[in-house]
Amino acid sequence: MTGSLLRNFVNTSTLKVLGNVGKRKALPCIPCIGTFMHKRFLATTNEHTMTVREALNEALDEELERDERVFLLGEEVAQYNGAYKVSKGLLDKFGPKRIIDTPITESGFAGLAIGAALAGLRPICEFMTFNFSMQAIDQVVNSAAKVSYMAGGTVNCPIVFRGPNGLAIGVAAQHSQDFSAWYGSIPGLKVVSPWDSEDAKGLLKAAIRDPNPVIVLENELQYGISYPVSQEVMSSDFLLPIGKAKIIREGNDITVVSHSRTLNFCMEAAEQLQAEEGISVEVINLRSIKPLDVNTIVNSVKKTNHLVSVETAFPQFGVGSEICALAMETEIFDYLDAPVERVASADVPTPYAANLERLSVPDTQVISKVIKRNLYRKK
Amino acid sequence: MIFACRNVWSRKTPLNILNRKTTRFWQFSTKAVKEEKVKFPGVTESYFTDKMQFIQSVNPIPTYRVMDRQGKVLDPAQEPQVSKEFALKIYKDMITLNILDLILYEAQRQGRISFYMTNYGEEAYIGSSAGLDSQDVIFGQYREAGVLLYRGFTIDEFMNQCYSNEKDYGKGRQMPVHYGSKKLNFQTISSPLATQIPQASGAAYALKRAGNKNCVMCYFGEGAASEGDFHAALNLAATMQCPVIFFCRNNGFAISTPAFEQYKGDGVASRGIGYGINSIRVDGNDVWAVYNVTKAARQLAVEENRPVLIEAMTYRISHHSTSDDSSAYRSKEEVENWMRFDNPIVRLRRWLENKNWWNEQEDKSYRTFIRKEILKSFSKAEKLQKPSITDLFNDVYDRPTPNIIIQREKLKKLIEKYPNNYPLKIFKNEGEDL
Repeated sequence: MTGSLLRNFVNTSTLKVLGNVGKRKALPCIPCIGTFMHKRFLATTNEHTMTVREALNEALDEELERDERVFLLGEEVAQYNGAYKVSKGLLDKFGPKRIIDTPITESGFAGLAIGAALAGLRPICEFMTFNFSMQAIDQVVNSAAKVSYMAGGTVNCPIVFRGPNGLAIGVAAQHSQDFSAWYGSIPGLKVVSPWDSEDAKGLLKAAIRDPNPVIVLENELQYGISYPVSQEVMSSDFLLPIGKAKIIREGNDITVVSHSRTLNFCMEAAEQLQAEEGISVEVINLRSIKPLDVNTIVNSVKKTNHLVSVETAFPQFGVGSEICALAMETEIFDYLDAPVERVASADVPTPYAANLERLSVPDTQVISKVIKRNLYRKK
Repeated sequence: MIFACRNVWSRKTPLNILNRKTTRFWQFSTKAVKEEKVKFPGVTESYFTDKMQFIQSVNPIPTYRVMDRQGKVLDPAQEPQVSKEFALKIYKDMITLNILDLILYEAQRQGRISFYMTNYGEEAYIGSSAGLDSQDVIFGQYREAGVLLYRGFTIDEFMNQCYSNEKDYGKGRQMPVHYGSKKLNFQTISSPLATQIPQASGAAYALKRAGNKNCVMCYFGEGAASEGDFHAALNLAATMQCPVIFFCRNNGFAISTPAFEQYKGDGVASRGIGYGINSIRVDGNDVWAVYNVTKAARQLAVEENRPVLIEAMTYRISHHSTSDDSSAYRSKEEVENWMRFDNPIVRLRRWLENKNWWNEQEDKSYRTFIRKEILKSFSKAEKLQKPSITDLFNDVYDRPTPNIIIQREKLKKLIEKYPNNYPLKIFKNEGEDL
């Protein structure tokens, strides 16, 4: 079970994509993603900034404080402060009864967490990455998701499974898969995919307080990115509703739907297209994969008449496919001026070599191209 | 009774009934050089040796029993001091279970229920239920209906679940024999094998934190003990010090797979030792042995917050389920011999008769009485309606999500549009509550 740390030898174009990671400064001629966000999309005053990691840490801290039934378990969460330092300082504050290092057995500790949830505690089960959750998928899907239904509603399973999902950099296929579609298809589970710090804090807190099993799909590369947050987010009762999407950039010409890290590239594409071509892009942050907020997408397409879905998961049977299907089944169909398009990763196991990995994943250029194509503006 | 353990048994047994000399179960044929202890962080008590030796075999773990096959107690000190009422409750529950099985198996054959699993030959596990506290939580596999019966699940409740009628606590969402009872602290049976074992460890962890000196009892078969979840669960229970009793019903078969194809080691009990867990093997057809062992295991678990592994040896006289015909892989004589040769109900009955607590006449009349009760309950359950159609959509989440509400409304419209295609009389509320 390897953690992947950002290599010191990322090249410049990758850096452009990654923005301000950790302590590295962006190259002078390329504006960093963080400041884009700072200028563009926040309506409220923003004196504070917070990395996604800090937001998650704060959410965990506050919820552990608030309810003593809540506890965190997983590999490396305690002594090591978390494989990605998300649970930093929590062992010192809450002790080994609440922050537990487990042996290496996902099916074991996921099952253990589910049993604890059935017996009245509120566990947060961390998978070092969601790739490793496949070892425990029977427990998550056949037990956690279905137990309430199959026990006639007499028990519930208030558990949170969280961890990094999807792409990192240079960790190859077995560490790079996006599981939003796998878990998103299971009735009984709720699945959220936070993008920025506000999402991370609000959604994780909501997940912990939710009496249903919730999957929180974080992203390793997002952990180090800083976003401005409003005063409201700093409150210990800041929650985001699960099942509601957010329009993070308003526009009139086309609706782009995405979730998690990919939104960075969608926003960058939107900026470029506005500046260079005068195209006004509306960007929707799904926030929740299940339940999926169809209404926000419907209302947006009524305005823009064009729809593109963007993700970095495998193309087949994924979130993008679901959005296309929903477009057929809802009013979206009546308002479309062009077919829905889905942008996804190449249908190959993610390569290791940096240039190949970059090619296998959609980036800002690809997203811009698809937006223009959908608007019949070829160049 | 001796719990096999990594170290030499050196503490007093809780029931103080140990008379025999303790024996070391790890027998090495070469002497370890005692002077130099190994300092690596991965071992606690190892000494260096200059003799290379693969450990080929250790003495097989002995099987503890109290009664012989005729119900005669072998060592009076081991005989549990129980009241007539206590003993008779266990016996009557074994009979009830037996007759319930007969009737429901037939019901499946007649097409009245879709599936059933019987407990023939294994009824003595009821002794384990008798050794627990009512607040101890139970995670079963699927062949522990007797445990639930002992706790107080009524015949009606069994029938309702098998018939999936509107009184079923599971609201008709499970196959028959997947019982559950929140008030009796019996977790609803879940089909995938061995998934309940790590969950039992977790529930035990929660009980430990609650501090009420309760434990978890987890049942599974020797086949399920091959699953990865079993190993993970035992390791976790040991490292996290969870008060859980792992009870393995080793009945010799996993559908058609005999035990000697399921594992090559010394059964399941030997595995516990590898995880640092106190383990014992017991005669699973001897209800008093099972009872004694459960009581002692429970004490260890709640007093010391540690897991215990019990391997109860028995013989599966049943077919695996109604989907199985075991004559395909074993002879009928073998089954009949076991039924005659080592029958848990007969052993307890002889013990009761030796004490003059039971006789032939009482046996006959009880059997007649309980059969009548079961048949009454049977026809009552059959006549009840099925759960409300709305229960198709409830309990997926604590509150329905938008897509679930949309589905429900679509069904409602369909039913209103084509009422003749939807026979609703069979459902409670007849679709009015959609």
